[in-house]
Amino acid sequence: MIVKRKPLNLAERLYLPAIIGGFKVTLRHFFKKKVTMQYPEEKWVVPEGYRGAPYLVKDQEGNTKCVSCQLCEFVCPPKAIKITPPGPVVSNADRPNAEKMPKEFEINMLRCIFCGFCQEVCPEEAIFLQKDYSLTGTSRAEMIYNKETLLALGGVHAGIQKWKHKAEEAKAQESFPVKV
Amino acid sequence: MFDWFNSLDATTQAVIFTGLKAVVCFAIMMTMFAYTVVLERRVCAWIQDRIGPNRVGPFGLLQPAADGIKAFFKEEMTPAHVRKVLFTLAPMLALIPAILNLAVIPFGSKLGKQPMVLADLNVGILYTFGVVSLGVYSIVLAGYASNSKFPFLGGIRSTAQMISYEIAMGMSVIPIFLYVGDLNLSKVIEAQAGTQLGFLPNWFVIQNPMTFLAFCIFLIASFAETNRTPFDLPEAEQELAGGYNIEYSSMKFAMFFMGEYCNMILVSAMMVTLFFGGWTLPWFGLDQPATTLPGGVLHIGIFLGKLFLFLVLFIWIRWMWPRFRYDQLMNLGWRRFVPLALANILITAVWLWWRSAK
Repeated sequence: MIVKRKPLNLAERLYLPAIIGGFKVTLRHFFKKKVTMQYPEEKWVVPEGYRGAPYLVKDQEGNTKCVSCQLCEFVCPPKAIKITPPGPVVSNADRPNAEKMPKEFEINMLRCIFCGFCQEVCPEEAIFLQKDYSLTGTSRAEMIYNKETLLALGGVHAGIQKWKHKAEEAKAQESFPVKV
Repeated sequence: MFDWFNSLDATTQAVIFTGLKAVVCFAIMMTMFAYTVVLERRVCAWIQDRIGPNRVGPFGLLQPAADGIKAFFKEEMTPAHVRKVLFTLAPMLALIPAILNLAVIPFGSKLGKQPMVLADLNVGILYTFGVVSLGVYSIVLAGYASNSKFPFLGGIRSTAQMISYEIAMGMSVIPIFLYVGDLNLSKVIEAQAGTQLGFLPNWFVIQNPMTFLAFCIFLIASFAETNRTPFDLPEAEQELAGGYNIEYSSMKFAMFFMGEYCNMILVSAMMVTLFFGGWTLPWFGLDQPATTLPGGVLHIGIFLGKLFLFLVLFIWIRWMWPRFRYDQLMNLGWRRFVPLALANILITAVWLWWRSAK
């Protein structure tokens, strides 16, 4: 089938509709709200459940939750986590009744792939993937975060209070029948 | 403190004043070039819903300094196979005609006793077109001296375009000079003083249909002459990766860039002078040469204001329309504008003859 091409009228041959259309579109966009986000000053709102950098968290009393079980170290696919346990004799606990606190806990952020396996595997809920996505440093050594850094960045995570609940459960089990 | 100056003879004084004006004009031109680039980038950004460069200095106003430093510190590559002398000469030739043309533009009436034009030539417009046509050599030489196929093709393309539109451009302004009866640009401005119908300016752009047609042809031809969209085939940034300037880098490339923008400023100045009454405004007696110092400054301000509006138009159109195809460009130049301009000359001449015979 041959589509008949409509002959252009004089105004169209003088490009007048094109000129007016161009002016209209550009003027409209000229005064429109701009979409640029000025990055370092403005940042995206990170959605819930975002998997950013993994940090260590403290419990509601400000205590380190990690007990150096090393499950995260074993499960970490790129081997970014390195835990130094306190050893059999020396305890570096900062409070009574503390479990084995790690002597050192390092995450190499250059190796980390933000998979979230460490958060998944942690029995103490001591490590969480948080919302940081732009980690920068001037050297490779700087990108290996140690225990203090990770704890400081992680903050307090009071949502899941495993040991408080455990104590409540134990108390509830003392009487019979068990009511949990 | 001006005693020593007053003791000099008139010629020496004129030389000193002209030198001073030339330096100031050049400085203003370069500043305008720098800020036209910023304006271009900001306007382009706004049209595309972006913000544009706003990091260097307040509102990004120091951007030209950053751009300049960048251009200077970029590596200067001269390919081994080029013809060195011509290769170096070409970017200079891009810039020089634009600056030379500054000499005949009346950018103000009078500041004190000094007329605000560098050289009040009686052949002003001939000089302008003579110098403008030198601009094409920069492109020819750049394309030829690069000794490489893409610049060569780009150079041929651009040369054909510039030569074609120069004809239409040159012929489009002849009706204006038939009206004025003089080639001096200051006389052209004088002829546009006053009002018509009581309030409308007596500018050539709206004086009568023939001068309006002349303006339309001149405007479109000047877009082609300055290699701006919709006739920017010489550069064709999106699909051709440049034209005659591919082999250039660093400051040599920046000089082509400066040449383009200076030409844009110059062509705008020509349009203001020829069709929009130059430094005059028809109201409040602003169409007569200034007698006071503030009046003189105001006239320069009026000229720069009109110039600015034209620059905005140039920039705006660049971000509005797509590029013409090469055959469309040539068709428009040779088969529309050249005959139209010729007819315009003829009609104007006949009409003026009829009017004078009556």
